[in-house]
Amino acid sequence: MEQVKCECGHVNPYGTAFCEACGKPLEEVEKPLLDMRYEGSARRSQTYNKTVIDKIWNFFSSVKVGVWLIVITLIASAIGTIFPQKMYLPPNVTPAQYYEDEYGWAGKLYYELGFDNLYGSWWYMLLIALIGVSLVICSLDRVIPLYRALNNQGVTRHDAFLRRQRLFSATKIEDARLLEAIKERLAKRRYHIREENGNILAEKGRFSRWGPYVNHIGLIIFLIGAMLRFVPGMYVDKVLWIREGETKEIPGTNGEYFLKNEKFTFETYQKGKENAVFNAAIDRVGSGMVAKTYETKAVLYKRVGPVIAGEEPKLKKIKEYKIRVNEPLKYDHYALYQVDFKLNELKSMSFALIDKQTSKSFGMITVDLLQPKESYDLGNGYRVELLSYFPDFYFDDDGNPNTKSRVPNNPAFVFKMYAPDKPKGEVSFVAIRQTIEPFGNNKYKMAFAGIDTRNVSALTVRRDFTLWVLGIGGAVFMIGLIQGMYWNHRRIWLKQTNGEVWLAAHTNKNWFGLKREIQAVIDGTGITMPIDQAEIAKKAQGGDEHGTA
Amino acid sequence: MVQLSSTLLYIAFVLYLIGTFFFGGTIRDKKEGRKTTRWATIGIVITIVGFISQLGYFITRWMAAGHAPVSNLFEFTTFFGMMLVAAFIIIYFIYKTAILGVFTLPVALLVIAYASMFPREITPLIPALQSDWLKIHVTTAAAGEAILAVSFAAGLIYLIRVVDQSKPSKRTFWLEFVLFCLITTLGFVGVSSAFAIADYEAKFQWIDKNGKKTEAIYELPALVGPHKGTLEKESKDRLQPLVEMPAVINAKKLNTVIWSLFGGAVLYVLLRLVLRKRVAAAIQPFVKNVNLDLTDEISYRAVAIGFPVFTLGALIFAMIWAQIAWTRFWGWDPKEVWALITWLFYAAFLHLRLSRGWHGEKSAWLAVIGFAIIMFNLVAVNLVIAGLHSYAGS
Repeated sequence: MEQVKCECGHVNPYGTAFCEACGKPLEEVEKPLLDMRYEGSARRSQTYNKTVIDKIWNFFSSVKVGVWLIVITLIASAIGTIFPQKMYLPPNVTPAQYYEDEYGWAGKLYYELGFDNLYGSWWYMLLIALIGVSLVICSLDRVIPLYRALNNQGVTRHDAFLRRQRLFSATKIEDARLLEAIKERLAKRRYHIREENGNILAEKGRFSRWGPYVNHIGLIIFLIGAMLRFVPGMYVDKVLWIREGETKEIPGTNGEYFLKNEKFTFETYQKGKENAVFNAAIDRVGSGMVAKTYETKAVLYKRVGPVIAGEEPKLKKIKEYKIRVNEPLKYDHYALYQVDFKLNELKSMSFALIDKQTSKSFGMITVDLLQPKESYDLGNGYRVELLSYFPDFYFDDDGNPNTKSRVPNNPAFVFKMYAPDKPKGEVSFVAIRQTIEPFGNNKYKMAFAGIDTRNVSALTVRRDFTLWVLGIGGAVFMIGLIQGMYWNHRRIWLKQTNGEVWLAAHTNKNWFGLKREIQAVIDGTGITMPIDQAEIAKKAQGGDEHGTA
Repeated sequence: MVQLSSTLLYIAFVLYLIGTFFFGGTIRDKKEGRKTTRWATIGIVITIVGFISQLGYFITRWMAAGHAPVSNLFEFTTFFGMMLVAAFIIIYFIYKTAILGVFTLPVALLVIAYASMFPREITPLIPALQSDWLKIHVTTAAAGEAILAVSFAAGLIYLIRVVDQSKPSKRTFWLEFVLFCLITTLGFVGVSSAFAIADYEAKFQWIDKNGKKTEAIYELPALVGPHKGTLEKESKDRLQPLVEMPAVINAKKLNTVIWSLFGGAVLYVLLRLVLRKRVAAAIQPFVKNVNLDLTDEISYRAVAIGFPVFTLGALIFAMIWAQIAWTRFWGWDPKEVWALITWLFYAAFLHLRLSRGWHGEKSAWLAVIGFAIIMFNLVAVNLVIAGLHSYAGS
């Protein structure tokens, strides 16, 4: 496309609204004020609209489209909070049933529309992706021409450019040395000053113009970080249930690390033991009702030597650590978090072999509920065999005893009791608070004698190599945001023409601040305070000042 | 220490109230321009003294509890009120606008009064809150929200000034609606305090949705009762519920909402009867000397300052803490999502303003909606949509 040469000699790209160097309007515009938003630069989206690529580019480069994407995402996100998402449902419920039972027809509809997993749905991901595309295209469409325009700007500006700035004044002046005083004051206010033929361009805070693009880059880095999660090896998320006294391989570490749970502690706030200021609060909910500590006293081990199947691994102790909520154990990019626990899981059960009639005991056995022995010798000819063991006992559909899981929640046993007078043995089925004698009346009985329990701790194992990308993204975003929001780009032009000094000024925001600054700079120099032509225009439109400026 | 702390908060509350009247006094000064009057000077001094007093409340409570007093709904909301006053003081010194005080201070008063309707005891920290990030995250997030709330106050002034009150329209309706919501908060505070002073309590036995017998204690007369609820012996003389709710609805909270709306409606109707015109129309003459461009500028400036603070506190610090406490930086918990929604909304606000030229009235309406979202996150998400953040208690 042909380029446009301005009368000042500067060559502008096709589509430029006013000359990059001198500011002379290249396209005839009706409005009294120049649209300074992107320095009149030639944005691709405003210049070309022929091919499919142009159309796509133009679509995504529109802020209007971007805002619509934001608003749609916002509404969708809000819908996702009406009912709990699937991941927050209690375990062991079927979502379809749960939503209908809890929330009636609305819940059913919610589930059927797929809102139970809204944030993981393809269309929500697509929305985020579209926002990402919009961010890239919007930024590129603006930042490159803006950079060109600001880099090429001249000191001496065309009269039409100055007159059509929002802040403008012309002052008849005899002594041009006054400008020196103004220059000094501007310099003191950290303006960067350029001079040319007695004309001045004072500029500060140009870097704030890059703020929006910097923060958009930050967002894009963040979104890339979020996508990296799906790259294999970047992200480990496992749960480790570990009993007191147990040493287990840490899942997700490929057998490299092992953990021992020495002790799990659960504490609550007890009245009388705490700072007295908490008494009222503890009273209201009840002593012992508010959790104080969840802590797993753990030892971390590393495997030494190669992995040999079927052989006990050789372990080297690495460190001891008390894992608490907010205090994860960290090592080698892995982190172990305290997330859940189960108190008083059954560990072992003891029984006494007794004569039902006399209640005389012939000895005691203790059954380890995770690894029960099959036979227990009590001496003097008394012996007990464990024929069957059901850790989590229930009667199945056929009426036979069975187990739901391998966790000893509700243990049941089939014992065979041998005694000198019963050499063939008697069979007894023993469950909690229940004894069945399947083959008629027994002489002997396994009497419950006690239990031993221990706590189980649940730890989340996490390794996340995407965090540093997200961190950089967040930091860049914040820098860009502060850069763009807490500074502004101010320019003041002073031009001498025909015995007059023309003053025009522009800022990308905070006009109030700019006006105050100009006031201070020209105070006592005799230069007329510029008038705000935008305000005048509004007032001229008919009194009521509201609406767009 | 605890007693001193409460007293300081009370003093702060009273001083903000007096400060409001002094700022109100500036309205009578017909002088145009930003020259500060004696009334405004006294007003800002009283406000600053009030702020220092509330800071004293904050510090003494911190010392007494051993942790930053931002760990329950009362403490958080009170802190939000304090930050609102701080944000106002800063903006006042930039722009010297007394009228902003007439609108910001009452909002802060409402916020603090609302806060004190929740259990005020010092609570021990549950394990998830035992972290330095409690103070870092919560204070920054509250500060960000408070600065954004100043934008609402400025936007409200703008709207009261420009919305044409000569004939009813959509704009007059929604503006009245905004004011009605503020009045309803007052209604809630009024009704709750009145029955609290009267020591009203009605105990109910009721059947929850799992078919279990449960007890509920109403501090307000039960207009709507719990599912299959019966008054217990000691509450025999209390009001019998007019309507009984199904088990899935939290009847106690609904009852509070009904009472608040009722209180708000009574106040509003009384106001309308006394004023004989729309409330906004009655306030309009007081703001007729307001410089609209300046108000618009303040509203925008507050968003420009508050948005980065909010992002830092409510998203970035929140994510860092979530990674430490909950193992993941983001989990789509309702409070997290609503922080994201707030952030998206103000992002849209800034884009509309900077790139699409939404200044003036449009921008003012957006500032009002933004505040509504923040309040929704503070009130509804804590009390209605319970998630991990629901440290609200009852």
